[in-house]
Amino acid sequence: MRWITPGGLLRGGGVFGLLAAFPFVERTDWIVNIGVFTLMYAGLATAWNLFSGYTGYISLGQAAFFGIGAYATGITFEHISIGSGYRPFYALPLIGLAVGLVSVPVAWVALRTRAMTFAIVTLMLLFIVQQLAFNLRSITHGSQGVAVPQPTFASNFDRPYYLAMLSVLALAMLICWYVRRSKLGLMLLGIRDDEEKARGLGVRVTGAKLIAWALSVGLTAMIGGIWGYYLFSIYPESAVDPLVMIGAVLMAFLGGKGTLWGPMIGAFVLVPAQQWALTSYGATRLYLIAYAGVFVLVLLLLPRGIVPSLADLVSRRRFRATDRPDVRPTVERVAS
Amino acid sequence: MLLRFDSVVAGYGRGDILRGLDLDVPEQAVTCLVGPNGAGKSTALKTLSGLLKPRAGRILFEGDDIAGLSPARVLARGIVHVPQERSLFPLMTVWDNVLMGGHSMRDRGAVRRRAEALAERFPIVRERRNDRAGELSGGQQKVVEIARALMLRPKLILFDEPTMGLEPKTRHLIFETVARLHADGHTVLLVEQNARAGLAAADHGAVLDGGRVAIAGRGADLLADPRLGELYLGGSGPTANGSGGMNSPA
Repeated sequence: MRWITPGGLLRGGGVFGLLAAFPFVERTDWIVNIGVFTLMYAGLATAWNLFSGYTGYISLGQAAFFGIGAYATGITFEHISIGSGYRPFYALPLIGLAVGLVSVPVAWVALRTRAMTFAIVTLMLLFIVQQLAFNLRSITHGSQGVAVPQPTFASNFDRPYYLAMLSVLALAMLICWYVRRSKLGLMLLGIRDDEEKARGLGVRVTGAKLIAWALSVGLTAMIGGIWGYYLFSIYPESAVDPLVMIGAVLMAFLGGKGTLWGPMIGAFVLVPAQQWALTSYGATRLYLIAYAGVFVLVLLLLPRGIVPSLADLVSRRRFRATDRPDVRPTVERVAS
Repeated sequence: MLLRFDSVVAGYGRGDILRGLDLDVPEQAVTCLVGPNGAGKSTALKTLSGLLKPRAGRILFEGDDIAGLSPARVLARGIVHVPQERSLFPLMTVWDNVLMGGHSMRDRGAVRRRAEALAERFPIVRERRNDRAGELSGGQQKVVEIARALMLRPKLILFDEPTMGLEPKTRHLIFETVARLHADGHTVLLVEQNARAGLAAADHGAVLDGGRVAIAGRGADLLADPRLGELYLGGSGPTANGSGGMNSPA
C-alpha cells in the first residue's frame, strides 16, 4: 500500500493551494479576519483530534496550552527582544516544543485516569492554568493582561497572521496524516478501540499516548502564540477560555473525530457562521445558543460526524453495487 | 520436543486449576487438549502465554524455562495466543487489525509485505480489508485473528476453543485453516470443547482432568479409547450425541 496516492496529493495540494491564494485574491479586511479565526479553529480542532480523536481520551483542557502559548509569546516580547514584524513567528516552533515537553509530566499523571474522569481532570487543568494566569502577577500582570507591541506590516495587516495560521494548520494536518499511517497511529487506534487488548498485544500504551499528547499540545501552543500576537493583549479570561476548546471539540465532532479532514471541515462550517453571528448580534453571545443547537443536531443526525457519515454512504453504495450481502450488525446499520 | 509442561501448578485466587500438569508438545504437529469444563485446558494456555503466573513447575520452550515471563516476552519468543473471546479491534479495519499483529516489528516495509502475503493466503483479509472488523461474522473474525497471529511467523500457535459459538459451516472453515497451518509446518496447541472434531484434526492429544493429563496419545488412538467417554460422561463409552462435550464434528 502506497503512502502517497495521486488523489491524496491532489486533494491536499489543491485545498492548501486555494487557502494560500485566498488572502491575495480577497483583500477585504473583515473577510480575511474571519479567515484567520477559521484557520485558528481548524488548527485547534486538528491538534485536538491528534490526541483525543485518535486515542478516544476526550481532553477538555487543551485551551490551557493555547493560553500558555499566548502568554509565552507575550512574555517573550516583554523579556527578550525578539523584534516585531515577522520575527515572532519564527519563535513559534520553539514555543511549541517547550510547551509540548513541559506538558508531558502533567499528562503522565492525568493519563492514569480514563473516560469521563480524564475529561474532568483536563478541565480542572484548564481552570488551574486560568487561576495561575490571574494570580502570577509578576509574570502575567494578572487581570491587567500582557500587552504585545503592535507590529506594522508592509502588506495587508491580517495576511501575515492568516498565513502563519495556515502554516500551523498544514503542519498539524501533515503530522496527523503521518501519524495515522505510521506504527504510532496503529497503536493509538488500538488504544481507542480497546486499550487492554492493545496492551495484551504488547503495545506500549503509555508511551504512545504521551507522544500524541505532546504533539497535540505543542501545536495548540503554537496557535495560541499566533493568536496572542494577533490580538496585542493577552488576558486570563480570553487566553484560557473554555469556550475556545468547546468550539474546537464541537468542530471535530461535527466533521468527524478520528478522521484526517473531519475537524478541518467542521471548523470551515462552524467558524464563519459563528463570526457572522458575532458580527450580527454583537456581544450578546447568542451564538452560544446556536452552538448548543448544532451540538444537538450533530448528536441526532450525524453522531459520527460528516466525514464518517459520507464514507459510510459511499461504502453502502459500493456494497450494493457489488451485490454482497450486508453482514453488518443491526446496531451498526442503525448508527450509520 | 518444542514445548514441555513440567509439573506446572497454576490457578486463580486461592484455588489451583492446574495441579502438576505434565505435557509434551512436539514440533510441527497439532496437539489438542480436551477435557471436561474446569479441567484446566484454557488455564494451561493462559499460563503458557504469560497471562497467568504459574505457582510451581517449569514450562520449557526450546529448552528454556519461560514460566512466568510477561505476555510481551512470551510473544517475542514466538508464541502467539488466539484467545477464546473475540480479540480483534472492532472499529479498526480488517487490514489495520492484521498490521497490529506486526506492530513490534521495526521494518514497516516487511510488515506490509507480510500482511500482503497473508491477504493472499486468507482471502477474507483481501476482500474485506477496508471494512471494520466488527462488521465481520464470528467465523470471519476468527480467520482474521489467525492471520494476525501469523504476522510474526510464530513458532507455536495457541488456539483456545476457536470454534466456540460458531455454526457448523464456519467450524469446518476453522478446522480447515488449522489443517493448512499444519501442512505449512506450524506447531499448533489447540484447546477444543468439541473433542471428536479436535482430536480428529490433531496428530497428538491429551485429555485433561482435574488439572492433570489423564490420557495422552495419538489423536486417532484417543478417539477410539473408551476411557475418553468415561472422563466426559462418568462411565459410558464415546458417544456422538454431543452431550458432555463429545460433540460430533462440524
